[in-house]
Amino acid sequence: MATQAARLLRKLDGLFAVYKPPGVHWKLVRDTVESNLLRAVNSSPPAAPRFQVHFQLLSSGESSSSRELTVTATRLPALADHPLVTGPQFHKIRVGVGHRLDAFSSGVLVLGLGNGNTALESLYRSHVTRAYTLEGEFGMATDDFTHSGRVIERTTYGHVTQDKLERVLAMVQGANQKALITYSRVNLHSQEAYDLAVKGMLRPQDKSPPILTGLRCLCFDPPHFTLEVQCVNETQWYLRKLLHEVGLELRTTAVCTKVRRTRDGPFKMEDALTHNHWTADDIIPAVTHLRHATRKIRKNYSYKQAVSQLDSSAKAQSRTSTAHLENVSEEKDGSHSLYSEMSADSKQWR
Amino acid sequence: MFVCRRCVRVLRSALLYVQPPVTPASPLPAGGAVDLRYRSVTTGHSSASLLPRMPSGRRRERRESCGIRYLTDHTEQKSASPHGQTSSSVLQQSNHKTAQGEAFKLHREASRSVSVPAAQTLIDLDAVPCPSPFEEISEEDAIQITVPSDLPPVTFTLRDYVDKSETLRRLVELGVNLSKLEQRPNVGSMLVRLDFQADVAPRLFFLKDLGVEDSQLGLLLTKNPFILTESLENLQARVSYLKSKKFSSESVAAMVSKAPYLLNFSIKRLDNRLGFFQEQLGLSAQKLRDVVTRLPRSLCGSLEPIKENLKVYELEFGFRKNEIQHIVTKVPKVLTANKRKMTQVFDFVHNVMGVPHSLIANFPQVLNAKFLRIRERHLFLEYLGRAHYDPAHPNYVSLERLVSLPDETFCSEVALASLDDFERFQKTL
Repeated sequence: MATQAARLLRKLDGLFAVYKPPGVHWKLVRDTVESNLLRAVNSSPPAAPRFQVHFQLLSSGESSSSRELTVTATRLPALADHPLVTGPQFHKIRVGVGHRLDAFSSGVLVLGLGNGNTALESLYRSHVTRAYTLEGEFGMATDDFTHSGRVIERTTYGHVTQDKLERVLAMVQGANQKALITYSRVNLHSQEAYDLAVKGMLRPQDKSPPILTGLRCLCFDPPHFTLEVQCVNETQWYLRKLLHEVGLELRTTAVCTKVRRTRDGPFKMEDALTHNHWTADDIIPAVTHLRHATRKIRKNYSYKQAVSQLDSSAKAQSRTSTAHLENVSEEKDGSHSLYSEMSADSKQWR
Repeated sequence: MFVCRRCVRVLRSALLYVQPPVTPASPLPAGGAVDLRYRSVTTGHSSASLLPRMPSGRRRERRESCGIRYLTDHTEQKSASPHGQTSSSVLQQSNHKTAQGEAFKLHREASRSVSVPAAQTLIDLDAVPCPSPFEEISEEDAIQITVPSDLPPVTFTLRDYVDKSETLRRLVELGVNLSKLEQRPNVGSMLVRLDFQADVAPRLFFLKDLGVEDSQLGLLLTKNPFILTESLENLQARVSYLKSKKFSSESVAAMVSKAPYLLNFSIKRLDNRLGFFQEQLGLSAQKLRDVVTRLPRSLCGSLEPIKENLKVYELEFGFRKNEIQHIVTKVPKVLTANKRKMTQVFDFVHNVMGVPHSLIANFPQVLNAKFLRIRERHLFLEYLGRAHYDPAHPNYVSLERLVSLPDETFCSEVALASLDDFERFQKTL
């Protein structure tokens, strides 16, 4: 039955992004979105109540001994279908969360609705990169690497220049590139590996520690500085620790004042909804707008699964690398479009 | 489960005796039933209550197999002893119980006495003479056909009983949300056991006399169904106590609507609470009455959080006594607010925004607002260079306007920017 509620629920299927404000737990975000959607869905009119025939005996005549019995039949709606008795039609809407953000951080948080939650699984496994903006401050070291933690050490930072900072960042990036090559399991001596590395399309294949694929300094204004980071498999605690270690490398100390995620895979800041717009009216257009990105994620992951299945049947290592490095012809046409998509994306993402 | 032919007959005849308990005049003899046991009150309805008495010659009638014919035989007996429509109320309960007990006893006896041979596991329906459904019967017989009740004796929801119970029906008509009440433990059983005319109606009249709106009655009962079990003398006494403390009848009605559990508390407790507020806050009687009328739940809950909050305002925030009094009279909610959230808001407003105590005391709505909202709006104004909260400054922004205005008005009048800009700024935080 295509009731209004059912039609609304059918539209609530897919992935969309919200902008999580700082200081708010991600679970509160998810619960708020779910309760707003439930309110919208439960506000649609319920199904018509069933009717029941009630028979009522009316004794005709004043004398009780007349024994004349008149029965009237009335058709009334059954009270068991009254909304105050049945309660709300829907108690739960499946809302899933993508890569989580801790309470200190803010930024793009991907949520999945209904059947879109299966695409979240693909998002996890597809090793998409995420972009962060980290703001730091020299001169302090705290226990949880943020400016609101317990201060452990204070140092001077007068000797720090942008040049030195850039050098430290380059060193960090170099270490991360080596890790990336190792975990992407490509044969270093092949042309294909070189091509991929030049385009910046190397990705870790399976589980890996946090790897930064890109790192640069956006703004240097001592004691404050801002870094932009593109990374895979990270946690926000790791990024704050990174800032702390950058400070240590510069012979001073640094704390993190802000962690802001600006991109999560194909989901960008322009698509993210601020907390005033976490209602069904704004979420449904967002979901329809992002359905192409969602479909791409699912396709990426399913292709990857198919490729890895092919590889596992033959010789393990070399077959894997050649399969991944083949650009054009032998295998499915999807591979070409996949890599061209990924290269286009990475160009945007850089 | 295959039942032998004789047992089918026995069961069928037994089922016909199991009547819905329609008009009980006396309460159930058994004490507290744990699950939702049905006991309906239909004083007006007497539709199917022509309950035949339990005949003594039950075993004789076992031979009769099918319903309608059995009843026609039975009414011949009945005409000898006529009885009115509502006379069988007391007997009904005992009959109901004995009917069920006897039915099961009979079946057990029957099954014990007759061993079911393997060849005869099927019921031979042709051998059993059933009357045709098209057979003509008299009107009186037709009315006396009793249908076994389909009400479950034990259930988890009130949906099964609401069509048959007058109490529940009237409560739904009032606007009581039964789906919420049935989730609370034991409330469903309590509601089903209530008698509308005897229990519910007097209390509803009492509330109406108090001045509670008809539209509010449903909400009140949804939040506090236990007002229906509180004795009327106690309720009257508590209302007269409040009136003796010079609360007007409108304020008493408003307090009861806002805090439905108010009248369930003893006079001693209410007195204790009022005394505490009088002593701690040091407000005049009229102002205290005003505060309590606007926040009646301060009389209902525990005093410990309120004591803690007052200590926090005095010692941690550093407000003076008269400032606290002023804040409480303006925004009574600060008494029962969450201590941690208040600390967060005050810390931001005083230390980050730089607003002094006196200004916060003049605009206590700031303490009632959400931290996220205050933070975003302040940072936006700071980014635009308009974050001046000192009244002496020419482009002064009052704290009250900062928190209470909706987003569009705030952007257009206070920040002098577009809503789009504000949203883009929110995404940079």
